[in-house]
Amino acid sequence: MKINQLIDIYNLNEDVLQKATSRRDVFGKLGSLGKTLAMAAVPFGLAATAGTSSAYAQNTSTNTSLNFALLLEFLEAEFYVMGVESGVIPAGKEEHIFKLIRDHEVDHVEFLKVVLNSLGLDPIDKPEFDFTAGGNFDPFNDYNQFLALSQAFEDTGVRAYKGQATSLMRNGDLLTAALQIHSVEARHASEVRRLRGIKGWITGNERGVGMPAATQAIYDGEENVEQGGVDVTTITDIGNDGVTEAFDEPLNRHEVLAIAGLFLA
Amino acid sequence: MSKTYDEQIPALRETQLQGSRRSFLKFGGATLATTGLLLSGCKEFIDLIPVDDVPGVKTVNLGKGDVGILNYALVLEQLEAAFYTLAVATPYNGISSEERVILDDLRQHEVVHREFLRAALGKDAIPTLAFDFSSINFGSRNSVLGAAKLFEDLGVAAYNGAGRLLKNPDFLLIAGKIVSVEGRHAAAIRSIFDEDPTSFAGSDILDDNALDRAFSPDTVLEMASGFIITKINANQLPKS
Repeated sequence: MKINQLIDIYNLNEDVLQKATSRRDVFGKLGSLGKTLAMAAVPFGLAATAGTSSAYAQNTSTNTSLNFALLLEFLEAEFYVMGVESGVIPAGKEEHIFKLIRDHEVDHVEFLKVVLNSLGLDPIDKPEFDFTAGGNFDPFNDYNQFLALSQAFEDTGVRAYKGQATSLMRNGDLLTAALQIHSVEARHASEVRRLRGIKGWITGNERGVGMPAATQAIYDGEENVEQGGVDVTTITDIGNDGVTEAFDEPLNRHEVLAIAGLFLA
Repeated sequence: MSKTYDEQIPALRETQLQGSRRSFLKFGGATLATTGLLLSGCKEFIDLIPVDDVPGVKTVNLGKGDVGILNYALVLEQLEAAFYTLAVATPYNGISSEERVILDDLRQHEVVHREFLRAALGKDAIPTLAFDFSSINFGSRNSVLGAAKLFEDLGVAAYNGAGRLLKNPDFLLIAGKIVSVEGRHAAAIRSIFDEDPTSFAGSDILDDNALDRAFSPDTVLEMASGFIITKINANQLPKS
């Protein structure tokens, strides 16, 4: 898929995506880009309730959210299909784990296609991916890099689905299905993180030992301790780390695509 | 577990709590106020409603609308927090250092969830419930981790099923922030407890489309009823 098609589908700011997909100095940019976007973007949960009163707008919103989810599932599914085929994953326990995750992501792709079709909406075509991100990664020859990207994709997936939930509120069945995928991504994330020797949950905005600096945008914002307008550290004896671990934070579509865009061919 | 809320929190923290409630109202009031979910610094909690035909047994009414759903979540978070507090206070025989850390992390997270929901609901929050963990042998690894697995999977299914019942998008987002943490917990508990390396997202939980479970409040409360002494009235909860 060409980037201008993505822009059409997701109504994205072209400048944002060009920055995100520029291969030159790509790692330096990703870290700072997430912060810029987080400040510039209207929080998705608030934006979703504005200007979507017409049936057309609702349909557009649903289409965008579901195809956005499909894009992420395409990315994850292909990553694990290629990973399992590559032989980079050690036989035994870890191969069992990643075959299961692969199966889940493939199932999610098919499920979302069916859902879109059932709503009379067109699923996007699978984009071409480049899991080396322009030659910067080698996940299918280096197992540690495979694990790191797996964690990156799963933790991103959790934040991405969370960011779409409010836009699906008008259709309870769709919302429930999205939540049912969301918690599966969380299960995956926990497992992969623990395989890498870190906790299954995110402390502060720590990306975790061994994670490339380029993945920091996936963790920025997770240090939030304010929920519903209150600093939660002031209403409990549990310290800052526990409070940040207890809540996962959303990412909006722009933020997610800035991350996923690195892996589009 | 029979201590009241006020007994559990020293006077200083209660003072801080009231201060926080004020700031909650101030900064979060714009959205919270529209649903009537205002926070107050008031110490009173929801009245226990006597059940006429069962003398001495009191029933807690969860309420209706978003308040009811958040109180329903508070039931589950109270249950989990109470369970992990006991599990950490009396570690089972042969507990590993990794398991100790995991159980204490889960205790912390569930306490945070409980205290957050209680603060968010303010005077509409249900009181501290009484729980019955007599079916769990806290000296046994199998018993404790088996219960933890049940509670975490149930928590995931509960939030997944309750999302559609919420009207306020801000509350849906917060429920979403909590449920994925429950999912992370469920996977970790399954990973350390079950022999099958694929149990963390096992086929006993996921359906053919690789979707996690989503249960109605009635189903969840029925499944948890063996652990909850206090009678819960969920009749006013939204059904769809």
